[in-house]
Amino acid sequence: MMGRFLPILLLALAVGPSTLAPASERVMLTGSSTVAPLALEIGKRFERLHPESRFEVQTGGSTRGVLDASSGMADIGMASRALKATEQDLTAHTIALDGIGIIVHQSNPVGELSREQIVAVFTGEIRNWQALGGPDRHITVVNKAEGRSTLELFLQHFGLRNSQIRAQVVIGDNQQGIKTVAGNPGAIGYVSIGAAESEQERGVAIRRLPLDGVPASVARVRDGSYPLARPLNLITRGDIPPRLKGFIDYARSAAVSDLVEGLYFVPLRP
Amino acid sequence: MFRSGLDHGRRYNADRLLAPLLRLSAAVGALLLLLVVGFLLYEAWPVLRGGGWQAFWRDEGWYPLEGLFGLMPMLWASLAAALGAVLLATPLGLASAIFLQFYAPPLPAKLFRLVLSLLAGIPSVIYGLWGLTVLVPLIGRLQPPGASLLAAVLVLTLMILPTVALTGAAALGAVPRAWLTGAEALGMSRKGLILGVALPAARSGIAGGVLLSIARALGETMAVLMVAGNVVQLPTGLFEPVRVLTANIALEMAYATDGHRAALFASGLLLTLLVLVLAIAAARVSRGEPRHG
Repeated sequence: MMGRFLPILLLALAVGPSTLAPASERVMLTGSSTVAPLALEIGKRFERLHPESRFEVQTGGSTRGVLDASSGMADIGMASRALKATEQDLTAHTIALDGIGIIVHQSNPVGELSREQIVAVFTGEIRNWQALGGPDRHITVVNKAEGRSTLELFLQHFGLRNSQIRAQVVIGDNQQGIKTVAGNPGAIGYVSIGAAESEQERGVAIRRLPLDGVPASVARVRDGSYPLARPLNLITRGDIPPRLKGFIDYARSAAVSDLVEGLYFVPLRP
Repeated sequence: MFRSGLDHGRRYNADRLLAPLLRLSAAVGALLLLLVVGFLLYEAWPVLRGGGWQAFWRDEGWYPLEGLFGLMPMLWASLAAALGAVLLATPLGLASAIFLQFYAPPLPAKLFRLVLSLLAGIPSVIYGLWGLTVLVPLIGRLQPPGASLLAAVLVLTLMILPTVALTGAAALGAVPRAWLTGAEALGMSRKGLILGVALPAARSGIAGGVLLSIARALGETMAVLMVAGNVVQLPTGLFEPVRVLTANIALEMAYATDGHRAALFASGLLLTLLVLVLAIAAARVSRGEPRHG
């Protein structure tokens, strides 16, 4: 199989350097695997508008994104968190927001759960809705599979480790989570707010629980009042070099809102 | 069968032309399998080399991000789901095959065969979607959460039933007419003929089909992922959620790095070897079939 590709490879090497964009137009992005798919999509669209530019996206976590931006290893770092006070030499450009909504079945009468109650439910200390003022019904905890960014944000927010969670169902993507909760009156789970809101509007039998008294909606994530949310940032060092400014402005513009929503994130503007 | 010398000679010439071609395509097929196994070995090597594979049965639970890689519960879940499905599908499939071969009038037989072929061709994600939106809530009403080993077994049963039925019908159809007419001439009842002559004569073909369907059940991913609940735990009850090896790979591969990724490939290697063993067993069993002639 290698033999078939070898000539193509050699050909690519031979003609490659002359056809590749000059180094100044190549932009390297590294960091958060949550931001990476979005950055990749935005990069692709930007390349179509500006054929001379080339984007290379590598993942390795928010920490790497911050470190690489700081050291100059990458032109732009990607981080799914805000910058810390010690990282003042860097500038964060928020391109989208990521929020998680806790969802239950539509018929579930429980109105709101406190932070402690949610932790107790997910760690298996409370196993029946009766203990939370609901009907005598077994609680089905729906958790995300390891490696998903929603899981990471959820665990981080509630100060849990994944091995502490006693789940009855483990799901992959948001859609599977929503279908699972909609089909089980005793279920509780968490999914991206964008996905939950649009599915609920389409009549799927789920309900989003407010958190700390704030309703779980795209609007509340956007205005920053919903607690279980985080910014998705592009990170640059010092002033933005002119050659990156076009891309960063584009990534923050309404022209990419559909890409943001397509990945169930929340765009900066409605 | 009678075979003339002339006939034999012509066939030999045709063989001379065809044999190299067939040999070549067979070699390509075998080579592809070797490549797949080689690739799996290569990707799983980081775990296999350092003795990291011992974690597969030593570690408590599967939390790759916390460095825990116990995958025995998932292996048992895979086996339990596949065996459960085969236990259900074999009697049903055999009954369908016997109905097709011995009882159904021509038209219903034709229709029934069509239905079976259709069932065999439905994409697994459709079974999964049906399981998730219909079967799981139904089981959930009996005993929550609904997503369970039972749901996986039922969906898998539905998926391998056509395989068992169609291979069974083919095996029964290959039983020489003469044996059946001979049995009839001896005055055997229909029941006696089926149980005493047809089934024993076709048993290796039927067994081969069953083994192949176990392999299919072990390898099924999407449908099981959607209905089994995917909690990593030993399958202790039919209503308990379980995670099978294939579902684990599908759930985590996109996000896995380094040792986690290698561990997933190692579990893929394990599955491939299991399926290989089953396929070899199926071939062995079928080869043991008595030659009719």
